[in-house]
Amino acid sequence: MSSEIRFTDFKSDKQPTWCPGCGDFGTMNGMMKALANTGNDPDNTFVVAGIGCSGKIGTYMHSYALHGVHGRALPVGTGVKIANPELEVMVAGGDGDGYSIGAGHFVHAVRRNVDMTYVVMDNRIYGLTKGQFSPTSREDFETSTSPDGTNQQPVNPLALALAAGGTFIAQSFSSDSQRHTEIVQEAIEHDGFGFVNVYSPCVTFNDVDTYDYFRDAIVDVGDEEFDHDRGDYDAAKDLIMDRDKEYQGVIYQDESSVGYEKREGVEAPMTDIPDGAPEDAMDLVREFY
Amino acid sequence: MPEDLNWAIGGEAGDGINSTGKIFAQALSRAGRHVFTSKDFASRIRGGYTAYKVRSSVDRVESVVDRLDILIALTQRTVDENMDELHDGSVIIYDGERTMMEDFEAPGEMTGLDVPLKRLAEDAGGAIMRNIVALGAACEVTGFDIEYLDESLEKRFGNKGQAIVDNNREAARLGAEYVREEIDTTTDYDIDTTDNDYVLLNGDEAIGMGALAAGCRFYAGYPITPATDVMEYLKGRIENYGGIVVQAEDELSAINMALGAARAGARSMTATSGPGIDLMTETFGLVATSETPLVICNVMRSGPSTGMPTKQEQGDLNAMLYGGHGEVPRFVVAPTTVAECFHKTVEAFNLAEKYQLPVYLTADLALAVTEQTFEPEEFDMEAVEVDRGKVVDEDSVEEWTNDQGQFKPHAVTDDGVSPRAFPGTTDGAHMSTGLEHDELGRRTEDTDMRVQQVDKRDRKVETAIEREDWSYREFGDPDADTLVVSWGSNEGAMQEAMDFLDEDGIDVRFISVPYIFPRPDLTEEIEAADDVIVVECNATGQFADLIEHDALTRVERINKYDGVRFKADELAEEVEAALGEPDEADAEVEA
Ligand SMILES: Cc1ncc(C[n+]2csc(CCOP(=O)(O)OP(=O)(O)O)c2C)c(N)n1
Ligand code: SF4
Repeated sequence: MSSEIRFTDFKSDKQPTWCPGCGDFGTMNGMMKALANTGNDPDNTFVVAGIGCSGKIGTYMHSYALHGVHGRALPVGTGVKIANPELEVMVAGGDGDGYSIGAGHFVHAVRRNVDMTYVVMDNRIYGLTKGQFSPTSREDFETSTSPDGTNQQPVNPLALALAAGGTFIAQSFSSDSQRHTEIVQEAIEHDGFGFVNVYSPCVTFNDVDTYDYFRDAIVDVGDEEFDHDRGDYDAAKDLIMDRDKEYQGVIYQDESSVGYEKREGVEAPMTDIPDGAPEDAMDLVREFY
Repeated sequence: MPEDLNWAIGGEAGDGINSTGKIFAQALSRAGRHVFTSKDFASRIRGGYTAYKVRSSVDRVESVVDRLDILIALTQRTVDENMDELHDGSVIIYDGERTMMEDFEAPGEMTGLDVPLKRLAEDAGGAIMRNIVALGAACEVTGFDIEYLDESLEKRFGNKGQAIVDNNREAARLGAEYVREEIDTTTDYDIDTTDNDYVLLNGDEAIGMGALAAGCRFYAGYPITPATDVMEYLKGRIENYGGIVVQAEDELSAINMALGAARAGARSMTATSGPGIDLMTETFGLVATSETPLVICNVMRSGPSTGMPTKQEQGDLNAMLYGGHGEVPRFVVAPTTVAECFHKTVEAFNLAEKYQLPVYLTADLALAVTEQTFEPEEFDMEAVEVDRGKVVDEDSVEEWTNDQGQFKPHAVTDDGVSPRAFPGTTDGAHMSTGLEHDELGRRTEDTDMRVQQVDKRDRKVETAIEREDWSYREFGDPDADTLVVSWGSNEGAMQEAMDFLDEDGIDVRFISVPYIFPRPDLTEEIEAADDVIVVECNATGQFADLIEHDALTRVERINKYDGVRFKADELAEEVEAALGEPDEADAEVEA
């Protein structure tokens, strides 16, 4: 089936209710293309979505999917992938979902390194709750709940991931469709936790981190003249800690990474179980003699 | 009442009390005796006092009593702590060469056996074996063949090498020899043995074993007393069946991982205790709304908040029945014995998958940590049946798709149960969500669909009430005027309390209920009785409230919430007190 699969097969017949111009359209299209390009089809794909405008993605895509509770998408994806390593698991959510309420899970998902792809639609604002600051909002950013600026440092998600032992750390821009697709595709192909922070502008509530801003600010580490070695940890660290620029591309990859489920020896889907107790079940009892 | 022997070892936390107790319990079990253990952590005095108690008999034992026959006291405090339970015939084994015990004198008529535990242990190869010396001494006192001890020493230390095993065996022999040769004492204790082969395990282990028998493949949890044993049991065993234990970063994660695995088609479980249940409550609603089969095991301890983590209580019943915002169906199953922990776990997995909802499987601390002997056949593996419910494959999926070929995971059906397609099933792709949804699983706020979906989910409960056997266990005289009802670990104590009550001429019908929701309707039983007493380990009588609600009547309550499980003799007194002073007229007739 996979040879004939087109990215539109991943589209559901629900029309997105995102605001016209929302960055999430481009983010989603790139994800669907990347899934199709890597030979997946809706029947072997599981999409876990967070809560937020970003989290609506599960509704607009066609695949096996779960739209869960706020901030907990990563543990769900972890369970899905480990229980059936044959599935392609993609987890998506917003910056609030992933780095605020779900920050704990993020750090632990990174270090656990389950072979799945995590796409964060980072619009540096809370969209669905109508415009409060988010953990990636700038320090002086004025919103309904920060009329005088947020007075807090924004989190640096890539730094968090690097510090937690991330094996694939990347960033993309939703309107650079081709690069975004390529980067997500590489995340899918990575054996381990493929993390992509996507600049996905909110045209309604964020008038600072706009398309124009990103278009000007972005530096692509994949450009030839940039000559970035993604396997070089220190080089990656320098890029990540440089907050004056917005980098796009695969910043860091540990090529020797092996997914958690593989390291734990999980081989087959856990769907097939016998109709009764396993044949050697009485041995379980005899252990207590 | 069984001809029982009550034995204990007590000392400071870190003295190896638990493992020593377990070694003796195992030796008794190998000798074909029934065993019932309990662990004591006193809360009256700060510090590390801890004790492991073993009640043993040739007959089956189901509870603890207020009596100690043999006490190995590693500290003076151990004697003080247990003074109430010691009696004139008690034997106390202690080490008079230790500063804290050097002036010790056995009180009253009790026998004090001063055995140089540390010195003899050193002779055998190391002071660390002083508990084993004491075990040897205890064997001598009770006429118990020390060779039974050899087997459990092998089991305990076998993986550390033969030398360690041999040293420990020698330590036990030195203890026994010392008593035989140096101390001029005779006691009445004689431990009979039989040819029976029993297994010795606790509720947590039985739950883990039930999970494996039922085909559980995915377990995610976060350590918490007293549920951790379930995780520790599964770890290292579940892998043999292609499964996994994931230690999550917290309970929020644990339940979400388990949910993900369940949606991927694995039989999946998480286990926790009180505070963990609170954290899981948010996702609990998602599990129920997305109609995901999941077993959530709550090993109850004393609350609220972090409460008394090592103490007995049955205080989470309301949290399991009503926890969470909005209204969602769930089942609550509460095994009443260690063996039932096994059977009910298997049942919980079947219920979860047949009805596609979360099932709370709950054991109280006393049940979870109590080791008890059973005939191996009580864990009947042949009888285990796995029912995965309405799972579709690529052939049958068509029956459940709409005109556009879209699968309907939340199809509105007469029995309330919808089809289930494991990911990977061709043409089964679908979405599920915690938002209210239509038959396809897509968000909706349509008023009709909302009502249809709520009714559909509730209908699963009606169907289950009809199709499943929500019965109870019954003891005593079915025509007795007094009806006692309880749930959880109280069954054992009440069973034995009935013997005491019988001696006092009180006839009781006793019903032990393993299902909290749905539960058997006890209206008829209650109407047939003059006095109805509900026994439980909590302050407010959460189960009694349910009984009153169902039968539309008032019941008497016996509540214990001091952190200690019911003892049989104590419970008998409480029941007598609840029944009030015996009627004078009746007493005359009796005479
Ligand atoms: C437990 C909980 N708290 C709060 C909310 C409300 N809520 C919904 S979305 C959201 C923030 C979403 O922000 P983000 O993740 O950045 O996504 P965006 O909408 O910007 O795509 C919040 C706070 C919720 N649904 N659940
Ligand atoms: S509010 Fe912002 S994030 Fe949400 S849909 Fe509109 S543009 Fe997109």
